[in-house]
Amino acid sequence: MIKSGIRGSGFGVREDVDRRRPADWQPTAPIPNLRKRAEILATIRTFFAERNVLEVDTPLLSAAASTDVHLNSVAAGAGYLHTSPEFAMKRLLSADSGDIYQICKVFRADEAGRFHNPEFTLLEWYRVGWGYRRLMDEVAALLAQVLATEAAPIRLGYRDAFMQELNLDPFTAHEDTLAAAVRSKGLDAPNLNRDECLDLLAGSCVYPALGCDRLCFIYDFPASQAALARVRSSESAGQPPVAERFEVFFNGIELGNGFTELTDAAEQRRRFAHDLARRRELARPEPPKDQRFLAALEVGLPECAGVAIGLDRVAMLVCDANHIGEVISFTAENA
Amino acid sequence: MATYSTNEFKGGLKIMLDGDPYTIVENEFVKPGKGQAFNRVKIRNLKTGRVIDRTFKSGETVDGADVVETQMQYLYNDGEFWHFMKPDTFEQFAASANAVEDAKQWLKAEDTCNVILWNGDPLSVEPPNFVILQITETDPGVRGDTSGGGGKPATLETGAVVRVPLFVDQGEMIKVDTRTATYVARAKE
Repeated sequence: MIKSGIRGSGFGVREDVDRRRPADWQPTAPIPNLRKRAEILATIRTFFAERNVLEVDTPLLSAAASTDVHLNSVAAGAGYLHTSPEFAMKRLLSADSGDIYQICKVFRADEAGRFHNPEFTLLEWYRVGWGYRRLMDEVAALLAQVLATEAAPIRLGYRDAFMQELNLDPFTAHEDTLAAAVRSKGLDAPNLNRDECLDLLAGSCVYPALGCDRLCFIYDFPASQAALARVRSSESAGQPPVAERFEVFFNGIELGNGFTELTDAAEQRRRFAHDLARRRELARPEPPKDQRFLAALEVGLPECAGVAIGLDRVAMLVCDANHIGEVISFTAENA
Repeated sequence: MATYSTNEFKGGLKIMLDGDPYTIVENEFVKPGKGQAFNRVKIRNLKTGRVIDRTFKSGETVDGADVVETQMQYLYNDGEFWHFMKPDTFEQFAASANAVEDAKQWLKAEDTCNVILWNGDPLSVEPPNFVILQITETDPGVRGDTSGGGGKPATLETGAVVRVPLFVDQGEMIKVDTRTATYVARAKE
């Protein structure tokens, strides 16, 4: 018999031990953590109600899916479970919804670990007429409330963060220099391209070294990592363009990703095509492009900024949890 | 042999890497922002015991290693090989000096050991956690001294040397913890 319903640290249990157990019906999260989760949701809803941001609800199941090279959708019936509500919410924005937010479950195949569960809860919101810098302020205001922190947030350019930690410029460093940096950090991983080197260095060295006990924003990413953010040509001549994208961290844990949203339909089509071509190279599934989203962009997505926050990780910080399972009632493994 | 995707990585999984069998000790999934996901793993080389770090791009596949752990009875050493037997099938296996490197000083006929087979050959042998062995050589016992402080070296029937309390005598049977190579207690025959 399992004495406690909490299996937070038990994720590494050996399978042969597991098999002898009775069916694992207990929640992975202690009930007090679920109570804290509910409080977080209430705080968020109050925050947006006070700011006149409309709560919306879009389908989890849709005919098209994200083409993002690194996001794998879960196929369901004739469609896909969404990896984020981004396309549907932008269709609402194009239909003049004004400022909107949504709290929903999203699904990303194959993502499981201490900070990942294939099904997780996202808070996503959009501010019409805003840019990513103003949105960073609002993210800071919301998270300061939820995490009950008063420490002033750190803001650091992606380039400066790399310079600070690794003394190399992620925009201009030669691919060999990046590969050498990967090796010098003991990250033995052969055959990485430029962005993969940057991703590995960022995730293993740069982000974990970010400030403790305060929010930290990293912004202005390489254009190759723009996702659905607007790309801005650099102010100074000869410098590479940057994506108006930010990520927010607390104690080195990534909590969210925000953009000044790309509103150019032609550029959006190019990015879809580029993603799908790359997916083909990597022999990854090629989901259908969202034509309805593209149609909305053609009509006109208002200038806006949007951000998505992983609420399970926020709850992990609030509950001082070590594993995402400690803040989710049932993880994918025992759903 | 099966191949495994990084999605299937977990502690205890046996995989092949650069021609050697490894077991996964720790697996961490790392995915920065919008980018490539990685599995950072600690793996132990089953031939050398060395633990190394390795980073895989998530979605990569590796070959599984045909490694099984079985309980076998130790039979005898013929000078070159150490022979073991599966108690249920009486099937016999010969382990090289390399495979019994850490275990041989504890091996006594009929004791049950954990034998790791790779492609059907013994790769390594783990002795039982506790063995009972006779002392073949030690200084004479000191009567009445049960303090155990200090102690003295004793050579056991298998050749192993452990420290024993002063009151223990040559010819006695003692219980030894093989994981720490330490005396536990006197043993009744």
